[in-house]
Amino acid sequence: MLAKRIIPCLDVKDGRVVKGTNFEGLRDMADPVEMAHFYNTSGADELVFYDITASVEGRNLFTDILRRVASEIFIPLTVGGGIRTLDDFDRVLKCGADKVSVNSGAIADPSIIGAAAKKYGDQCVVLSMDVKRVDGQFRLFAKGGREDTGIDAMDWAVKGVAAGAGEIVLNSIDTDGVKNGFDLEMLDALAARVSVPIIASGGAGNMEHFAELFTHPGVDAGLAASIFHTKQVDIKELKRFLRGKGVEMRI
Amino acid sequence: MTAIVDYGVGNLFSLSSSLKSLGLETEITRDAEKLRAADRIILPGVGAFGDAKAKLDDTGLVPVLLEEAERKPFLGICLGMQLLFDRGFEYGEHPGLGLVPGQVVDLHNELEDKTLKVPHMGWNSLQIVKDDPLFKYFQDGEYVYYVHSFYAKDCAASTLGTSRYGNVAVTGAVRNGNVWGTQFHPEKSGDAGLRLLKAFAEL
Repeated sequence: MLAKRIIPCLDVKDGRVVKGTNFEGLRDMADPVEMAHFYNTSGADELVFYDITASVEGRNLFTDILRRVASEIFIPLTVGGGIRTLDDFDRVLKCGADKVSVNSGAIADPSIIGAAAKKYGDQCVVLSMDVKRVDGQFRLFAKGGREDTGIDAMDWAVKGVAAGAGEIVLNSIDTDGVKNGFDLEMLDALAARVSVPIIASGGAGNMEHFAELFTHPGVDAGLAASIFHTKQVDIKELKRFLRGKGVEMRI
Repeated sequence: MTAIVDYGVGNLFSLSSSLKSLGLETEITRDAEKLRAADRIILPGVGAFGDAKAKLDDTGLVPVLLEEAERKPFLGICLGMQLLFDRGFEYGEHPGLGLVPGQVVDLHNELEDKTLKVPHMGWNSLQIVKDDPLFKYFQDGEYVYYVHSFYAKDCAASTLGTSRYGNVAVTGAVRNGNVWGTQFHPEKSGDAGLRLLKAFAEL
C-alpha cells in the first residue's frame, strides 16, 4: 500500500530558507541546496519549496536554486509562491519541479487550475489553501494568510478539484506555528469533501502529532518546516516511530 | 550514449539529470539516426495514453523504435511503459506499440475499495516477482514513486514486480526480451530509483 508521506517545506527568500511563526517575523535558517541534501538523506518523501521573494532578482535566484536541487536530488519536488500564470508553471517545471502549487494566484484567477491541469496533467497541479475559522466557517485566506476572501474554503477545494487540482495542501492558519498539533477537525472536513490526496500543514510540534494525524485515513501526508529545520524532530527517527505505530512509511 | 526519446510529452529534466548524476552520457532527441546510434533508449511520458501515442506517431519514430527495441536495451517509464503494451483504454481504445503483451486499463474500475484514491500517487513498495538484471542493485520491497491512474494487466508472463494497492497488484515493472518498463518513476524514487537506472545502464 501507499506509504504516508513526510514532507519538509522550505520557504525561500533571497536565496535563503526562512520560516516564520504565524506568517510573521521571518528568521533566516540555512542554504536551500544543503538543506535539500540533508532532507534527502534523512528520508524525506518529497520536498516543497515556496518562493516568498517579490523581486525579480530574488526570483532568478530561486530558479537557480531549484535547478541545482533538481539536478542533485531525485525525489518529487513541489514548487509554489507567486504562481499566477501558465508561464509561471512553465518556468518552474523547466527548472525541475514535478508539481506546482497555486494559492493566491488561483484565487485571483481560478481558470489557472483548469488550464494548468489540461496542459501538464492533474498530478502536476497542487491547490494550496490557507484556511482560518471565521464566524463558524472555514474561510479561505489569500496573500499568505493576510486577506480574508470571504470564500468558503471547503467549497473552494471542491471547485479546485473539479477543475483539475490533483492534490491539496491544507494549511490551517489557526494551528500554524502554534506547535499544538495539526488541525484535525479542518482536515476531516476537507477529506469528507474531496477525493484527491490531502497534505496537512500547520501545527506539527512533535512526533506524536504525526501519529495522531495519520489515524485520520483521509490524510496522505504531513508537511512541516521549523520543527524539521531546527532538528527538533528528526525525519528518520519520526518515520521509525510512525512505522512502530503501524503507519506505513518508506524507510 | 543513452537516448531519451523527445516527443513533446512530459518533463525530462529529472530523468536526464538522474542519468547524468550516474555519469552517463545522455541525449534528449527525436533524431532517428541518434536513436539508431544510441546504446540504449528510454521512452518517457506523462499524460494520457491516446494523446501521447498520437504525438509519438507524429514524430514518425515508431518504426525506428520498434526496430531498435529488438537490438538494444529499451526502457519505458510511466506512460512510456504503458505505451509498450498492445492497447490502452484511457479516453477510448488506442493501439500501443505492441512490444509487451497486455493492456492498460483504468485502475479505479479494478479497485474493490472505492475510497482508495486514484491517481495511485506516492511511494509504494515494489515486490519482485521475477528476478532480473534490472534488480541487480535493488532489494525486494524497496519503495518507488508512482503517479498514475491506469495500469497494465493481462501481462503476467512479462511482470517483474508489483505493488499492492487495495485488492490490485499494480504492475510495477515488466520485461519482454530487450524491452523493460517501469510504471513508477525511477528518476523520482530516490536512491533506490537511481540504483535501478544504474542497472539498466549496465544491461
